[in-house]
Amino acid sequence: MSNLIEVRNVSKAFGGVVANDSISIDVPEGQITGLIGPNGSGKTTLFNSIVGYHPIDSGSIRFKGEEISNYKVQQIARLGMLRTFQQTRIYANMNCIDNMLISVPHRNATFFDMFKPYPHELYDKAESLLEFVGLYTKRKLPSGDLSFGQQKLLEFAMALMNEPEVLLLDEPTAGINPTLINGLIDRLKRANTEFGITLFVIEHNMRVIMNMADTIYCLAHGELLASGKPADIQNDQRVIDAYLGAH
Amino acid sequence: MLDNLNLLVIAPFLNVQLLLDGLFIGAIFALAAYGLALVWGVMNVKNLCQGEFVIMGGYFAWYIGDMGIHPMFAMPVAIVGMFAFGWATYKIMIARVVEKDMFTSLLATFGLAIVIQQGLNLAFGPEVQVADSGFPTRSFDLLGGSITVAEIKFYSFLICCFLATAVVAFMKLSRMGQAIRATAQDVRAAKVMGIDTEQVFAFTYALNAAICAAAGVLISMIWVIQPFYGITHSIRSFVIVTAAGFGNLAGVIMAALGLGVAEQYGGFVFGAEMQQVTVVGMLLLVLIWRQVQMSRYRQAVQ
Amino acid sequence: MTSVTEEKDREVATTAEPTARRVFTFNDYMMFGAILLFGILGPILFPNYTFQIAVLWLMVLFAQTWDVMGGQMGYNSLGNIFFFGAGMYICAVTQIGLFTDVGAYTSPSDPGTFNFTPDQYYIGVAVGLVFAAIGSALLAAVLGWIVFGLRGPYFAIGTLGIALAAGELIGAWEWVGAGSGFPIPVYPGSGDGKSLFYYALCFGAAIATFLFLKWLYSTRFGLAINAIRDDEEKAEAMGIHTMRHKTAAWMISAFFLGISGGLFGNMTGFIEPLEVAFPVATFGIFMVAMALLGGKGTIWGPVLGAILFHILKEATWIYFLGWQWVALGVIIIINIVFFQQGIVGWLQERYPHWFGIEVEARSPGAKEAAE
Repeated sequence: MSNLIEVRNVSKAFGGVVANDSISIDVPEGQITGLIGPNGSGKTTLFNSIVGYHPIDSGSIRFKGEEISNYKVQQIARLGMLRTFQQTRIYANMNCIDNMLISVPHRNATFFDMFKPYPHELYDKAESLLEFVGLYTKRKLPSGDLSFGQQKLLEFAMALMNEPEVLLLDEPTAGINPTLINGLIDRLKRANTEFGITLFVIEHNMRVIMNMADTIYCLAHGELLASGKPADIQNDQRVIDAYLGAH
Repeated sequence: MLDNLNLLVIAPFLNVQLLLDGLFIGAIFALAAYGLALVWGVMNVKNLCQGEFVIMGGYFAWYIGDMGIHPMFAMPVAIVGMFAFGWATYKIMIARVVEKDMFTSLLATFGLAIVIQQGLNLAFGPEVQVADSGFPTRSFDLLGGSITVAEIKFYSFLICCFLATAVVAFMKLSRMGQAIRATAQDVRAAKVMGIDTEQVFAFTYALNAAICAAAGVLISMIWVIQPFYGITHSIRSFVIVTAAGFGNLAGVIMAALGLGVAEQYGGFVFGAEMQQVTVVGMLLLVLIWRQVQMSRYRQAVQ
Repeated sequence: MTSVTEEKDREVATTAEPTARRVFTFNDYMMFGAILLFGILGPILFPNYTFQIAVLWLMVLFAQTWDVMGGQMGYNSLGNIFFFGAGMYICAVTQIGLFTDVGAYTSPSDPGTFNFTPDQYYIGVAVGLVFAAIGSALLAAVLGWIVFGLRGPYFAIGTLGIALAAGELIGAWEWVGAGSGFPIPVYPGSGDGKSLFYYALCFGAAIATFLFLKWLYSTRFGLAINAIRDDEEKAEAMGIHTMRHKTAAWMISAFFLGISGGLFGNMTGFIEPLEVAFPVATFGIFMVAMALLGGKGTIWGPVLGAILFHILKEATWIYFLGWQWVALGVIIIINIVFFQQGIVGWLQERYPHWFGIEVEARSPGAKEAAE
């Protein structure tokens, strides 16, 4: 089993604040990898570094063996690595179907592909994915009118539409009604098993991440604190200390 | 053009002349730019009628000068008058665009700029005007040439310094000044802490108009005014604020003086008709420079 | 959820309809028919106003091309008038340059002395318009490099700067007549013939722009620029070629504006940089105001806005003569401050189901919506 993403000794500082200090992480293909840590431990910064949102200070990031730390966000997205945002981002003035259609992969788009119409198959695909996340009946509403939880589901569906190889999810369950979380976990797992998408998930909800992930990394104060199977992480004294603030 | 460049090398005193003129005029630009930085920073309104406020202030001075009174006396009248005008503008118009997206405020103030231009044109005619201060022009010898400085330029420089100090002192010491600075940091927090942000916004906008008017009075005496010259002043303010960032008074002053000097040199080297192009050219240069700067962080300029 | 949405949550049973995007709906055909009818009958019914109606079609074109950028892509340009002026000058220079020396023709001491034969005239106009369109589009591509790293107010100010700079630079360029301008080759025929000739071209250009944009918005391009408008960072994160789309959108906008500039230059007969070619504070702001008045980001909004605005403008000329510019400025401010969503935007808020915004019947086997 190969590693899809290999992060090696990545450091990133903002002004004098070191957000990531020499972090190394592997995301194996076909698995669900979790990233946990207290607030301000540098999880989102690491995500942003991986997807090219900002340049890193030092270290290397590889995706399928290709060095991507110098690439821009779009280039990385076209390679097949996608991320969702902590504060959900959708195209609020467009309806759900349009949100889905525009999310098709742009990997091999040539200049004149810009002016192509959408074939029927794409509509069918968009609709079936909307059905998959339970938004079919809302498909003609402006997505800005949806509730926060529904927007989150829509963003997830858009990511699936893009057929990524790896999906980086930033707190997928934050702000979602607890009764819906089980359904969401189920869908994330199905995305992993049915669509074969590797997942790399930041999550605060321990129950969720322990239930889902195959491997978990824990950050604290910008450093990698521990990594291992969920059961090991759960019993790791350093992780418990970090969460309880003894660190 | 090359001849003019050559001239600058042969006759170094010309450089001193250009530098002096640039600094004198740049000091006035700093006033208007500070006003824009204030409005931009506090209420996130990109005021495109900044230059029109300046020109309106200038017409106060010209009108009073035309009545036979020294135009300098227009200063308090212009400040008070434009403060009231700014307040009324805020209440009628700006208050309704503050909450909307940025382009709305930009466009609305551009619309206001057109109304003011045309109104001034109807009231005073399209001629280029100067308010005559009656002060003599002195010249002195330096570096093998004769440098001329109109006394009024010197006085206006002093007045600029005084006004800038007064505004800064006001912002630091007065209750309203503190409220303005708090609102600039975080509108919502200011509101929660019991600051009447509506009042602060109105005051800020009115203060900006008053500062612009003061600048305009000086401009009308050391330079020229005309109903349609406002847009260039607006662009100048934008160049300065974009280069310096808001909430950075020292930066604003440096950028304004720099722009003043650059403009004088541009006008001299490329010919007087290219002075306006120099201003707009500086705008594009600053914007390109900012983009290059931001692209290092993979960010856009927003 | 807001009450507005709950209202929309009413289950509306609709018959199954084809899902692919249709370019034209029934309403579109009705509106389009009305426009065509007015366009053809206009100069016949009001022969004295042929010039004004021709300008109206140019206004429609202005509003539509501005809306590509401002309404559909969220890049509010204040300097699109640049391409109008650029097209005007490119077209004029081509018309002259094909047959005689431009520098001599435009020299202020002795302007416009060359006599063009009718053949030369028509060839000049045809080639000039083509060059104007392509030249403007190429200029847009080049300028895109300079301004597309700018967002929001910086983009607006930057483009405004470009238009202002262009006017000043042309005003200092002797070869194209500098600030005093130069006359355009004279139409080889009667005055009425000229009005009708350019009327037909203006009308054709506006219709062509409309049809092209209507098609364009039905392709992936339309959705992509909408996505850039709604959240450019998200669009980048999804891998959309944002720069490519932005440049193409500006080029398309510039292409049609270039044609309109070439036409307008020929209609007025005399061009100069500040008032005719790069009128930032008149046409430049009108195109924005018209798109906003009708409803930006919609296909019919700019068209309706342009027609209404043009009527308002003519009315101010009749009723506020002397004060017409002040009155027009006030109208623009009122439009922006109080009626920003525009006519079509207002209808969309009021009657969402007219625009297909409604909750659909469930598809068989669909799961319960996560609420």
